[in-house]
Amino acid sequence: MSAARKPVGLIVGIGLLVTLIALPAQADNKGMEILEARCSGCHDLKGPAPATLKELWARKGPDLFYAGNKYKRAWLESWLQKPKRIRPAGYFYVDHIKPTEDGDVIDKSTLKPHMALSAEEAHDVAEALMSLKANSHLITKGEYKPGKISLTMGEMRFDKFRGCMACHEIEPGYGGLSGPEVYTVARRLQEDFMMSYMRDPQAWDPKIFMPNMHLREGDLEKFVHYFRALSEEDFE
Amino acid sequence: MKIKLTKSATALVTIMLALFPALAAVAGEKAEDNYRTYCWQCHGMNGDGNGINVRDMSVQPRDHTYGKEMASRSDDELFMAIKEGGPAVNKSVLMPHWDGIFSDEEIRDLVRYLRQQCRCEHGKGTSD
Repeated sequence: MSAARKPVGLIVGIGLLVTLIALPAQADNKGMEILEARCSGCHDLKGPAPATLKELWARKGPDLFYAGNKYKRAWLESWLQKPKRIRPAGYFYVDHIKPTEDGDVIDKSTLKPHMALSAEEAHDVAEALMSLKANSHLITKGEYKPGKISLTMGEMRFDKFRGCMACHEIEPGYGGLSGPEVYTVARRLQEDFMMSYMRDPQAWDPKIFMPNMHLREGDLEKFVHYFRALSEEDFE
Repeated sequence: MKIKLTKSATALVTIMLALFPALAAVAGEKAEDNYRTYCWQCHGMNGDGNGINVRDMSVQPRDHTYGKEMASRSDDELFMAIKEGGPAVNKSVLMPHWDGIFSDEEIRDLVRYLRQQCRCEHGKGTSD
């Protein structure tokens, strides 16, 4: 009798262990299932990035195949539950503008809200996104060393010296509209990714309409200091 | 021998596949398509310098339809401005380098496209 019980206990024990080990992987799988079923229509989960304008024009949302090298996990989980527009003129500005007598304006009727996920779904999807790590060779882990710059000096560099404000808002309602807002970028993106992307946007995305600004190495870090300072401001 | 031939054939196909996108890239995009994708954001859908980004700019982007002004710029100056940005021709830092995206041939095509937009030639004024 006791000989018969022993294997049962062992089997249950092994079963429990396997379940515990598999739990995080299941969250990953659940997240990946959601990504494939509900997100892959607008987001590329596999790559590569568009290599022609035709492919660029067909893209509906940010590529996610390197999401794990790009986004901050906590931000992803929170944003997915309460999505808020990051690019004032939509993902590809050309699709969302119209000419008027006073110049081009954003055609708001063409902008659609991003779907929201439940807390559990957002958790699983964020987990799955963090496992998508294409282009790791472009990232130097720990390259960014935290430091400080005043908002005034940061703005001077970003706007007057380099002209980046032409395309990016540095606070709500102030700056360019075709690119993503930068006053929240340090909440959204990993610092090492920002360094790499600003150094050579086309290495990540050959046809993206952000040009290589030929920034000096010293500029890259100072820009990230500036973005971090901006992200601490309360613009709401 | 058979195995060697199969390997060679596979290698050839791999090389061809690798080269195909490169060949496509060399061919370049049409100037009109490049202009729409990259230049509209500042120079506007009508090319008149009234793109969606101008609201808070300290310097208005060039009006590419203004023949008189555009005629005062040589093709080489326009080429340099696109390739290396405004400061390369003593103009605004708001015009960035585009050499990371356009090949020299694509930039030359863009200069030709600008000449169509302004209906002008360097030093000759407009054709209107």
